[in-house]
Amino acid sequence: MDNLTTMTAAELAAAVAVGDVSAAEVTQAHLDRIAAVDGEVRAFLHVSAEYALAQARRVDDRRAAGEPLGALAGVPVAVKDLFTTVGAPTTCGSKILEGWRPPYESTITGRLREAGAVLIGKTNMDEFAMGSSTENSGYGPSHNPWDLARVPGGSSGGSAAAVAAYEAPLALGTDTGGSIRQPASVCGIVGTKPTYGGSSRYGVVAFASSLDTPGPLGRTVLDAALLHEAMSGHDPMDSTSINAPVPPVVAAARHGDVAGLRIGVVTDLSGEGYQPGVISRFTEAVELLESLGAKVTELSCPHFKYALPAYYLIAPSECSSNLARFDGMRYGLRVGTGSAEEIMALTRAEGFGAEVKRRIMLGTYALSSGYYDAYYGKAQQVRTLIIQDFEAAFGQVDVLVSPVTPTTAFRLGERTDNPMAMYLADLCTIPSNLAGNAAISVPCGLAEEDGLPVGLQVMAPPLADDRLYRVGAAVEAAFTARWGHPLLTEAKGLKSS
Amino acid sequence: MPITRDDVAHLARLSRLALSDAELDHLAPQLDQIISAVAQVQEVAADGIPPTTHATGLVNVFRDDEPVPCLTPEQALSGAPAVELQRFKVPRILVEE
Repeated sequence: MDNLTTMTAAELAAAVAVGDVSAAEVTQAHLDRIAAVDGEVRAFLHVSAEYALAQARRVDDRRAAGEPLGALAGVPVAVKDLFTTVGAPTTCGSKILEGWRPPYESTITGRLREAGAVLIGKTNMDEFAMGSSTENSGYGPSHNPWDLARVPGGSSGGSAAAVAAYEAPLALGTDTGGSIRQPASVCGIVGTKPTYGGSSRYGVVAFASSLDTPGPLGRTVLDAALLHEAMSGHDPMDSTSINAPVPPVVAAARHGDVAGLRIGVVTDLSGEGYQPGVISRFTEAVELLESLGAKVTELSCPHFKYALPAYYLIAPSECSSNLARFDGMRYGLRVGTGSAEEIMALTRAEGFGAEVKRRIMLGTYALSSGYYDAYYGKAQQVRTLIIQDFEAAFGQVDVLVSPVTPTTAFRLGERTDNPMAMYLADLCTIPSNLAGNAAISVPCGLAEEDGLPVGLQVMAPPLADDRLYRVGAAVEAAFTARWGHPLLTEAKGLKSS
Repeated sequence: MPITRDDVAHLARLSRLALSDAELDHLAPQLDQIISAVAQVQEVAADGIPPTTHATGLVNVFRDDEPVPCLTPEQALSGAPAVELQRFKVPRILVEE
């Protein structure tokens, strides 16, 4: 069996289940692919053949013993480097955690191992998930497989690049303001932010606890759904985990159908600042949905324009509190001599990069006495208004659609010293984080001016994650039929493949 | 009200970040720009609107008060920069005046 790295996760799981190929062979093929292309892509911070192959052999042993195999048995999964993993380092893309070996496993990676998935390596990311390009990583940026001079998006950019470069069929990311959907969009793959509370945060190093949402990335809608289902469900170890059944995402992904579905186009997420090629692909996707029988209407969510400023108060405020734990006392870097307070300040100054420092100070400002009501308090009220906008919209339609991000992948270095320009990458994705509802990015073509991928965002009410996959699968099937091949086969950025 | 370099130095102290002069020079105008952009939330008419801290609305999630396994001392100390007598070894926290 050849081309193990271009097969989908669904195909690989089926081939392993019937014994056409072993989990060890699948894993080795992906390790070989990583060895061949990751010098260019730099998607991974840590890859261990020993660690990955040991997991694969356990799957093969279970199959040989006639034991039941999980849904992802033998399928390699790349893991964003903020999920704690026993047996592999966890750095969060930060120098302050360089070489840290967590003493406990995140709920999600534990569940995936139970499901037979092979955790193949830890992927690069913006430091502590703060950024939209991976350029804030303490270990250097990842590169976009469509064009190595461009960013793969972020913060889950390493995960998106690994999947787009066929280094893994699936990857885990986290989405606090768009950190799964935006990299998925600019790398031409599928990425989902589940309903907040639908996927456990236990063992996911915290950035902004009320927003952080782990989710799947894959090359197809069905693959993303398979990972979504395997990773999700109630977790008593996470007090914000929702105790409800996992929405039937896999069944929905197998039955893409939008006939009669009411779809709302959010008019507030377009216009000035959006690249023309993004708007034209988005418009084409909406026309496609209409041609497939969806009832499309336009509607306005008037407070969405305040989502970005509200987010950049709420997320930094939570970050300034969460990152107080990195004090050089119990784990990670310790720098300098003197009092505990001096060592803390020296350790944090050396261990954190510029964006993390900016956000900690921004959050400290927003929470300071005298400013709290005007900044953090007001942002929390805006958050309520955004939730009300969503509730009003979902009273009229079943799902909402918009572009995922205003532009295609930008060039490395283009926005690194302009924080506000970087923040705009999350303009369309942030509302769903503030409201906690589910949203997906599905490829909808290439922008005519630069030939780079554009994503369609579909947003659904909380715990209606299955609607994302129903729409996503319909869009994917219709576009793939129109193009004659999956979009990703047009990515020609890698010299080594 | 613009954010001055002195304000940023104060924020750095509160945040336990020993920033260099060069970093302060670089960060002060950036923070000023960001804070004036996010101040846009103040335009929103939100009188009487309750704040949202958390989207799920869950409150006070309890579990049964039963002991469950936890990290061993060795696991808990495994990443510590300094350890003594099975404890985290930390610098002095009280400074003589």
